[in-house]
Amino acid sequence: MKTQTLNNTEEVINKTERITGSEAIIKCLIAEGVDILYGYPGGAIMPVYDELYKYRDKIHHVLTRHEQGATHAAQGYARISGRVGVAMATSGPGATNLITGIADAQIDSTPMVCITGQVFSHLLGSDAFQETDIVGISTPVTKWNHQVTKASEIPEVLAKAFYIAKSGRPGPVLIDITKDAQVSELDFQYKKCTGIRSYIPVPKTKPDAVKAAADLINAAKKPMIVWGQGVILGQAENELKAVIEKAGIPAAWTILGASAIPTSHPLNIGMVGMHGNYAPNRLTNECDVLIAIGMRFDDRVTGSLNTYAKQAKIIHFEIDPAEVDKNVKTDVAVIGDSKDSLTQLLPLLNTNSHESWLQKFNDLYDIEFEKVIKDDISPTKEGLTMGEVLKQINIETKGNAAIVSDVGQHQMIACRYADFNITKSNITSGGLGTMGFALPAAIGAKMAAPEREVVAIIGDGGYQMTIQELGTIFQQKAAVKIVVLNNEFLGMVRQWQQLFFDKRYASTEMTNPNFVAIAEGYYIKAKKVTKREELADAVKEMIASKESYFLEVCVEKEDNVFPMIPAGASVSDIRLS
Amino acid sequence: MNEDIKTFTISIYTENNIGLLNRISAIFQRRHINIESLTTSQSEIEGVNRFVIVVNITEEQAKKIVGQFEKQVEVIKAYFHTDEETIYTESCMFKIKSSLLFEEPQIQNIIKESNSRIVTVNKEFFVLEKSGRRNEIESLRRDLNVFGIMQFVRAGRIAVTKDEMKISEMLMAFNN
Repeated sequence: MKTQTLNNTEEVINKTERITGSEAIIKCLIAEGVDILYGYPGGAIMPVYDELYKYRDKIHHVLTRHEQGATHAAQGYARISGRVGVAMATSGPGATNLITGIADAQIDSTPMVCITGQVFSHLLGSDAFQETDIVGISTPVTKWNHQVTKASEIPEVLAKAFYIAKSGRPGPVLIDITKDAQVSELDFQYKKCTGIRSYIPVPKTKPDAVKAAADLINAAKKPMIVWGQGVILGQAENELKAVIEKAGIPAAWTILGASAIPTSHPLNIGMVGMHGNYAPNRLTNECDVLIAIGMRFDDRVTGSLNTYAKQAKIIHFEIDPAEVDKNVKTDVAVIGDSKDSLTQLLPLLNTNSHESWLQKFNDLYDIEFEKVIKDDISPTKEGLTMGEVLKQINIETKGNAAIVSDVGQHQMIACRYADFNITKSNITSGGLGTMGFALPAAIGAKMAAPEREVVAIIGDGGYQMTIQELGTIFQQKAAVKIVVLNNEFLGMVRQWQQLFFDKRYASTEMTNPNFVAIAEGYYIKAKKVTKREELADAVKEMIASKESYFLEVCVEKEDNVFPMIPAGASVSDIRLS
Repeated sequence: MNEDIKTFTISIYTENNIGLLNRISAIFQRRHINIESLTTSQSEIEGVNRFVIVVNITEEQAKKIVGQFEKQVEVIKAYFHTDEETIYTESCMFKIKSSLLFEEPQIQNIIKESNSRIVTVNKEFFVLEKSGRRNEIESLRRDLNVFGIMQFVRAGRIAVTKDEMKISEMLMAFNN
C-alpha cells in the first residue's frame, strides 16, 4: 500500500502504533484536516481533552460558553468554508445541548461531525451519572450516528463519520464514544473512507434526463430558475451562471441559495418565498417552465402547493432522490450532482435572451421598489429602519462581507437587502429557524475565513438566546462584527400578531438590558445608535475596526417586513402592504 | 393522485447494525403512520437484514416513505408492494387448557378444519400453531375463544415478492 497525500491531509496512516482511543480520536481529526474544533469539556470526554492538550499545536480547540454554541460555530465554519465543522461535548447534558444545532445542520444540509463522550460501556443503561441515550435522541436529526464501545472501532467509525457528513447531500453525524473506549488501547492505523456499500451519495446524472430538461428549456418562452443551496454545496456557481447567461433565464434564489450568483447580476431577480421579492413570487405562477436547481420546495418557498406554478412544466435538478416529487410533482427530474448536471446541460441549451419576459420582472421590481424597498432603505420617517442599516453595511463592505443572520424580521431584511459578491456569504438558519444561531455561527465563520469581513445581524430576541458567546469572541479574539437591530419586540411574531391576531401582543414585548454595557463587560468595543445622523459613521467605524465590535441600532418598534405571502396563501397573492 | 388507503408491505434491506430499527421506526412515527406489523430477520444474503413492515397508507405516502428509507446510510434498498404483488403469511400460537380437548369434542374438529398443528401437549395445557392469512387466524381465534384461550400470540407478516429483488447484484457492483 502506498501513502497518498490529499489536501495536505494524510489519506492513509500505515505505520501501526499502540495508542489510546483518545489519542486515536485526535489523530483521526488531524488526518481529516480538522484545524479547529468547538466544544466544551466534561467528565466523560476528559481523556480526549487531555490528548487535545498534548496536540494543541496541531489542532485548535475553541471553548464555547454553551454546547449549542459549539454546534452553531461548527456550522458557521462549515457554511463559509465548505469543510466539515466539528463539535465536541461530554455525555448527558453536554450531548443533549448539541441537539438544536444538529437538527439545524440536518435540515440545512450542513456537514458537521459531533463527538460526544459517554459513560463506561458497563454502565450503559444503568442511569449512571450524566448518562443519556444520545444515539437514540439524535437519530431523527442526524444523517448517521453511531456509538463506539471499543477503542479498536475508532479509526473506521470516524473515517466513516467524515465521509458521510461531507459526501452527497451533506449533514450532521454524531459519534458517541464510551469512556472505556477512550482510555483503552488499540493498534492504530488510519484509512480515509471512500465508499460504503449501502450508500450512494451522488447518483449519476442520466444524460436522457438532461436532454429532456434541455428540450423543455429550449422550447420555453417564459422560463424561470429557482436555485437553492444545492448550487453552493455542489460548487456549481460558475456552471449556474453560464447556464443562465447562455439561455437568458431570469433566476431567483431561496434563502440558502443566496450569494451563489452576485446580487448585481442582471439575471438575478431576487429571493422567492414568504418575504421574497415581488416579481419572482408573482411570476412563479406565470412562467411556462420552472427550473428548480438544488432546492427542495420548502413550504416557505411555495406557499400553498395547490396553487404553486400549476401552469408550468417543472424541471428539478436534485442530488437527493427523496426530494423529487416530495412537495411538487416534476415533469423532468435530473437526479445527480448539480455541477455535473449543469455541465451536461450547458452545451444542449440554445442561446436566448427572453427580453420581454425579463422586462416583466423589472417592471414588477419597480412596483416593489416604489411601495416597499424605497421606504425600507431610504426612509423619510423619523424612526430608523432595519433596511437602512443593511444599506450602510453594503456601502462600507462593498458587498464583500459574509452576512450571518439570526431568525426573524432582521433575517428577512438581511437576506433581502444585503449585497453579495462572493458565494457562501449568506449564513443563516433557514430550515429550522433557530433563534440564537447567528452569534456563535459568526464566530465559526470568522475563524474559518479570517480574511473575510463577517457581520452578524441579530435581533434583540435571538441575541439573548446565545449572548454568552460574547465570552468566546473575547477569549478567541474573533473579529466578528455584531449588529443588533433592536426593536424591543420579538418582531416577526409581533408582526403576525398584528396581522392575524388583532394586535394582541402576547409575550412579544421585550424589556432589554443595557446591551452596550454587556458587550463592554466582555471588553468588546460597543456603540449604540438611536438617530439616523449617527448611523453612517457608526457602521463605518464598526467595519473599519480590526477587532470585534458591537453595534446596537434602535429601530422602529412596529415596522413590518413586506412583501409577504401569508401562511397558506398562493405565491401570486403576495402582499406589498 | 391516488388517495386510497391500502395495505402495503414495505421491505427494507439493511446492514445489521444496532440502532437501525430506531431510525426506521422514527420515520414512521414522524409522519404519524401506525405500524401494523414489523418483522426483522436475516435476508437471503449473509450479513444483510430484511425488515418486513405492514402499513395502511396511500400509494403516494408509500413512495415517499420508501425514499426516506433509501436515504438512510445503512439501508441498501427499500421497496413497497401491494398484497397482490407478494406471497405472505402470518403465524400464531394458542395455549389452551388440555382438559378441553376431551370435554369439548368440537375443538378437535376446529383444529382439523383450520389446518393448525398441535406443538405440544401436557397435563395442564396444549399449544396450537397456525400459519396463514390474517382472516384465517382471526377466524380460528374466534372459534377457540368460545372455549377460553389461556394465551394467544401472533407474529408479524412475513412476505416474499413475486418480482425479483436484485440486492446481490447491487452489492456485487459496489465490490467491483
